[in-house]
Amino acid sequence: MKNTLRQVFHSPKFLVGFIIFVAVLLLAILYPLFNPGNPLQQIGLGTFAPPGTYVSLYDAVGTETSTFRLDDADAKRLASVLSDEDRVSMVNWLTAVGVDVTGLDITDTDALLEIWNANYDQSIRPEGMTNAQRNSYISLNNRLQSLGASETLTVMQPDEEGEMEEVTDIESTDYVNVGDVTNVITLPLGTDNFGRDVLKELASAIGTSLMIGLVAGCIATFIGLVLGLLSGYVGGVLDDIVMFITNIFTVIPSFVLLILINYSIGQENRGAMVVALVIGLTSWTWTTRSVRSQVISLRNRDHVNLSKLSGHSLVRIVLTDILPYIASYVVMAFILQISSAILSEAQLSLLGLGPKTTEVPTLGLMMNWAMLYSAHLGGKWWAYFPVIGVIALISFSLNLMNTGLDQVFNPTLRD
Amino acid sequence: MKNDPTTTVNMSDHRIDVKSRPLCLSGKGVTKYFGFGKKITKAVDHVDFEFHEGELVSIVGESGSGKTTPSKMLLGLISVTDGDIYFQGQKRDISTRRKKREYWHGIQAIFQDPFSSFNTFNRIDTVLLDCINMRGGKHLSKEKKFEMMTEACSFVNLKFAELTNKYPFELSGGQMQRLMIARIFLLKPKILLADEPTSMIDACSRATILDMLLQLRNETGMTIIFITHDIGLAYHISDSIYIMEHGKFVESGSADEVILHPKAAYTRRLISDVPKIHEAWDLTTV
Amino acid sequence: MSKTMLEVRELTTKYITRFHEDVYAVDHVSLKIEEGKSLGIAGESGCGKSTLALSLMGYYFPPLHYTSGDIIIDGKNISGMNPDEVRRNVLGTEIAYIPQAAMNALNPTRKIRKFIEDVVLAHDPKRDKKEIYEMSKARFAELGLPVEALDKHAVELSGGMKQRVVIAISTILKPKVLIADEPSSALDVTSQKMVIKMLRDMMEKGLIRAMIFITHELPLLYNVTDDIMVMYAGQIVERGTAQEMVFDPIHPYSHGLMDSILVPEEGTRDKKLTAIPGTPPNLKRPPQGCRFAERCKYATPACFVNAQPMVEFENGRTYRCSLSVEHLREVYKSEE
Repeated sequence: MKNTLRQVFHSPKFLVGFIIFVAVLLLAILYPLFNPGNPLQQIGLGTFAPPGTYVSLYDAVGTETSTFRLDDADAKRLASVLSDEDRVSMVNWLTAVGVDVTGLDITDTDALLEIWNANYDQSIRPEGMTNAQRNSYISLNNRLQSLGASETLTVMQPDEEGEMEEVTDIESTDYVNVGDVTNVITLPLGTDNFGRDVLKELASAIGTSLMIGLVAGCIATFIGLVLGLLSGYVGGVLDDIVMFITNIFTVIPSFVLLILINYSIGQENRGAMVVALVIGLTSWTWTTRSVRSQVISLRNRDHVNLSKLSGHSLVRIVLTDILPYIASYVVMAFILQISSAILSEAQLSLLGLGPKTTEVPTLGLMMNWAMLYSAHLGGKWWAYFPVIGVIALISFSLNLMNTGLDQVFNPTLRD
Repeated sequence: MKNDPTTTVNMSDHRIDVKSRPLCLSGKGVTKYFGFGKKITKAVDHVDFEFHEGELVSIVGESGSGKTTPSKMLLGLISVTDGDIYFQGQKRDISTRRKKREYWHGIQAIFQDPFSSFNTFNRIDTVLLDCINMRGGKHLSKEKKFEMMTEACSFVNLKFAELTNKYPFELSGGQMQRLMIARIFLLKPKILLADEPTSMIDACSRATILDMLLQLRNETGMTIIFITHDIGLAYHISDSIYIMEHGKFVESGSADEVILHPKAAYTRRLISDVPKIHEAWDLTTV
Repeated sequence: MSKTMLEVRELTTKYITRFHEDVYAVDHVSLKIEEGKSLGIAGESGCGKSTLALSLMGYYFPPLHYTSGDIIIDGKNISGMNPDEVRRNVLGTEIAYIPQAAMNALNPTRKIRKFIEDVVLAHDPKRDKKEIYEMSKARFAELGLPVEALDKHAVELSGGMKQRVVIAISTILKPKVLIADEPSSALDVTSQKMVIKMLRDMMEKGLIRAMIFITHELPLLYNVTDDIMVMYAGQIVERGTAQEMVFDPIHPYSHGLMDSILVPEEGTRDKKLTAIPGTPPNLKRPPQGCRFAERCKYATPACFVNAQPMVEFENGRTYRCSLSVEHLREVYKSEE
């Protein structure tokens, strides 16, 4: 046993798979410890805040400032306000009124602003321009003018009588240390459509999905093992009956069965464990078939005959003379069952037939939400890409472990 | 095991007159069919046999002549389609588990492949302890059991003290087969069915196994049913020989009768087709 | 003196195991076969018989690796060739190999003549298929095989017939040397006899010019080959003619081996049967002295220290033992 374990951990494939799996598992276990709280709590009001560190503007005002004079600060500020689209529309206006813009590089902010300030007049209305377009040019111009207008912002606060009273001035050269600001939140993966922290949700979803995989895998392997052992070893009529049932389950596509059962249970009654149970109850057939065929080939081995001749009972023969020989096989089947159960859950949830959405997030549910709110169309990659990555990693690592085990247990088949 | 003594078997010391002894196992019209309808396979087809107490009888058949089925039938591992088997004068009854266990006190087996005869997950002492328990030695003291196992192992030239914590796969094929004989030594059945016990063992170590089987017979008077495809070996060790072809015994009798004066055409062909060393091997007759 | 067909000089090959331990399964083996002669190789399982057969083909695939030595077929040295070259220029034309389960090598979905086409076209892609068919028909008739078998699938033939067909296929290009590794062990005695008869015919008709026959069944070897060579733990321990080896073995191991022969013949029934105790040594760590010393009842302390070379004695026979021939003969006589 010890020897086998050592061999297993010497297999590079198994080791890589195991390390990836443990890393994912640790994320699910440790992240909630560092960042406790309900993963479904809506912290943001808008949808899809991009990943990054968020600093409270309100708190930043009162924070002690330092002054830095950076040469490129103005240019950067300007550039950040002037988007590429704005630049293009500025050039469009200029050409429309007949200004020669040949040789102008639109990324050169200074040159662009110079030619714009020299030529723009809001009273000129190029032909074919709609009112809305005209208004947008006016507001664009205002924005540009206000940038250079003042070096200072004034923060005012209403006093007891409702009169505005100046609290402080903010110079363009004022900086605050992020560490000094009272309220800062870091959202490594931004927020989702409901304004929930995606990473926190993801860590919790990994946990739930692995649990679903484990429970479904246990159920499927247990049913498959018991039925396979019985029908393979006892044979006869019992074998016929078990194989008949197994064949029926094999013939009906299990995914269709999953959809029908989940639909009939109803959204309100579908907890994560209920879904796990349903997945487990529909995916035992392959385990049964393969365990049965393995048992049949073992049943006629001499050591089983000898065990019979020694007067051992059926239960003892199955447990000591058959089960140990197929144990490695069952472990491998179990790992694959976990992997496929996680994928099944994801598929179901994507169709909206997964666990109910109000209790815990699962990997499938997160995909479902991202899809419902068109994250993939809006380029909000952080809402779905990490989830896809985690699903891929889990199933990749489990399959890699399985291949590694296969190499250790059946070395002759691979050489 | 470097210090194994050299074994020499002198067969002429082991010849016994068996016909005067009472019958131990016999069968009348024993038949086993597999399948049904048109796909029926007659694995064993109405065979009669008489095995005497203390006899070493060989069942000789080529590969594919269906030697495994009769051995499993005799052991009671598969049912008999038709015919009766008599064990020690009485009709064999293995209808219930209890009766089966009783029967298995009387008949035991050694199989061809020592590597698949052991459960590789059990230690060697488990195998031997099972035998003691089966013979009703469950209540015996630990020391007594240890003594019995040591005795059984020394009978087959193995040192039990060195083996206790070993697993079967740590032994060589010959040692495993000897351990199987130690098992029989503990069980002391009336009949031992040896299904090609030496075919997986090198010719030059074969004598050891044969010697142990013969000693076992001399000491306990058990009947040994030796199933083999090697007609030379059968001639050498058996008191009587049954020749099997396609599920039937085509010829039976004492070893000298069957080998030197074969009556059935099949036997004659079989013997003439086996390569010889003293007589010429006639290649023109094929 | 007739021409040497196959000469092997100091051939050494090894298996590289998973844990990078080298196993020298063929250790400095030298042998010579003359034209029209056959050589039998005997020994218990694990002594290197089959590895020698694989090594002689010159076609190595992992874990088997070539280490040193020469294999010379009819004057042409094939050792050290790369596998592709061996497959194109040596296998089939110079040397052919038949393993024990050769009959299972036939793809059940193809007709027998397709296999022959494959073999011939692999060496000469321009040959006409009709011509090949005619040639195969003639060959089958010559070997006493039913010509109809050419148009059958492998599943329609019996085990013995399949084995004979495989031999016919692999020798279609008249290889100079045929290596047969237990070609008849999986067959019943009658089919075995037919296979042997065919091999004998092929030798007589010159379809093959030398043969190496490997088996653990000594009575069979005695009847098939001219010479017998006994291998133990990767080395040759004795070589002589079949008659000499069976009735007058000199090396203690050969003696033990020949002593275990059991045949259904009158007068042999009361023969004493002696076992050689112990098991062959582990070739990962071969013993320093004589490899058989540990199991040899005549071994002297010197046997455990000094390795013994092959020594020639009467009639060109060779053996590998420190004890003299006369002494060993006397000892064997006194034991009877």
